[in-house]
Amino acid sequence: MDRKLVKRRSEYTWQIERTGLMHVDGTIFASADLIAGMDDMVAQQVRNVASLPGIVAGSYAMPDAHWGYGFCIGGVAAFDPEAGGVVSAGGVGFDISCGVRTMHTGVKAQEIHSIREQIAEAMFRKIPAGVGSTGRIKLTPNGLDEVLQGGAQWAVEYGYGDKEDLRFIESQGKIAGAKPSEVSDHAKGRQLNQMGTLGSGNHYLEVQEVVEIYDTAAAKAFGIEVGDIKISIHCGSRGLGHQIGTDFLKKMTTSAKSYGLDLPERELACAPIQSAVGQSYLGAMRCGINCALANRQILMHLVREALSEILPKASVRLLYDVSHNTCQVEEHEVGKVRKRLFVHRKGATRAWGPEREGIPLEYKRVGQPVLIGGTMGTASYILVGTEASERLAFGSSCHGAGRAMSRKAATKKWHGKQITNQLAEQGVLIRTKSLRGVAEEAPLAYKDVSEVVEVSHQAGLATKVAKLVPLICIKG
Amino acid sequence: MWEHFHHQADIGVRGIGATAAEAFAEGAYALMAVICSPDKVKPIESVEIRCEAPELDLLFADWLNELIYEIDTRGMLFSKFDVEIEGEELRARAWGELADANRHDFAVMVKAATYMELKTSHDNDGRYFAQCVVDV
Repeated sequence: MDRKLVKRRSEYTWQIERTGLMHVDGTIFASADLIAGMDDMVAQQVRNVASLPGIVAGSYAMPDAHWGYGFCIGGVAAFDPEAGGVVSAGGVGFDISCGVRTMHTGVKAQEIHSIREQIAEAMFRKIPAGVGSTGRIKLTPNGLDEVLQGGAQWAVEYGYGDKEDLRFIESQGKIAGAKPSEVSDHAKGRQLNQMGTLGSGNHYLEVQEVVEIYDTAAAKAFGIEVGDIKISIHCGSRGLGHQIGTDFLKKMTTSAKSYGLDLPERELACAPIQSAVGQSYLGAMRCGINCALANRQILMHLVREALSEILPKASVRLLYDVSHNTCQVEEHEVGKVRKRLFVHRKGATRAWGPEREGIPLEYKRVGQPVLIGGTMGTASYILVGTEASERLAFGSSCHGAGRAMSRKAATKKWHGKQITNQLAEQGVLIRTKSLRGVAEEAPLAYKDVSEVVEVSHQAGLATKVAKLVPLICIKG
Repeated sequence: MWEHFHHQADIGVRGIGATAAEAFAEGAYALMAVICSPDKVKPIESVEIRCEAPELDLLFADWLNELIYEIDTRGMLFSKFDVEIEGEELRARAWGELADANRHDFAVMVKAATYMELKTSHDNDGRYFAQCVVDV
């Protein structure tokens, strides 16, 4: 990024001063190296978001920010419905409620060393992944409406998991205000065969080993020790969420003028929260969130089934499930006034500090777990939200590594077989139906997740608790 | 003629042809080449697609999104496209077959055709272009 576009305010804070149509300042959280690697368009998109009606406090970009659709990926912004604030389909993205779920297994790394191949095969057989994969659950349209209203709670009611799992999911597994009647037949049609599937691209299931603890108190509260085997899933709301994004991008783009909105780019598609289109989107988008929560719950159930066949002593319990593409209603203090705001996090993870309502009892003293996925060959991190983060960016942190190289460039540089062989030598077993997909997702095609996490930690957005490395990766 | 163009996180698809309809058909092939190897997809079954939009570029995004819907719901991949555009309306037939992981060289499913870099245009040589970035 051209350094003239930003002013350095501290080691990890870069300001975009309010000018022109902007209602608030912009802030990018990054190191000098990360700023140097960011596209100029990130600054432009932070400015564009700052110009939307009803924005409160600031327009923010997380350390892994890159050029996105309307909002940058890594963008955070909150809007006040009482001040004409908007809700934006571009501010949530196409993969509504994409997120990470991390599970305990109750086993240690040395206990699975000799059976890693068996576990990899069992997971690969059990978890539908990749282009065109379909789930075991075939839903009727009425059945799907129940999923969209019930989220992970629906899944548990139908036998996919335990009631206890729900306490460890953001919003306890179900978000209120979902209106299936606002979801198009196209969106529903795309989901009927996709419940309980991982998807493709950067979505994955990983068996991971905890290799380092940074914060003993938080690690103890979360139940994390060095040598533990954890399992993480990264995926979202599948075809339903993608189609809701597509439908409302068009609706919001074509209705913007009627609401007096002059959009600097179409992808910034939005509508006033209080408007018919705004309310319609919120009803549909919340269905997308519940769909993603149900999907990850079903996948966890499949993980339990797969692991119990090979390792009966394993006890799969949920550590936490958090989304990184959402718009949620939250209360925040702005200028000493408590306000009800619509917080957009697009490629950004909620990172609430200690004692906040809604955090599971066991974690309340330390804060909310923040789950950051890496790439196949690198590491993932568990962080914890901070009180400072709520003042810095409405309690938000980074979400992952972010690509450093295009898919096309990656396939020119590497072959899938070569990547899987290299990773096997490093001790990471890859299972996939798509070797071309593996080449596109090569670890070196991504930025260094460790640096992104370090900057989040240093900036106080969320602080490091543990580092996990992959042992098995089922690629979508 | 079709091509992919660079985008850091995702990928751009561009169709080029003697008419807008031809550029749309080529753009659809470019979309399929993100998902799989369309040259390995046999055009043995077809589906009819209709969509409309107030502007030509929005129509291009709609067209690709309708194809994504057909891929997701039918489990099919496509390799041949007959496209007609009249005013705000597009009528097309897409030819392909059921997706097969062993033959079609899967890469990644596309979530949506986006409005980023969405453009339809033509040059002085009478060549039409249709393009956008697709989210994967």
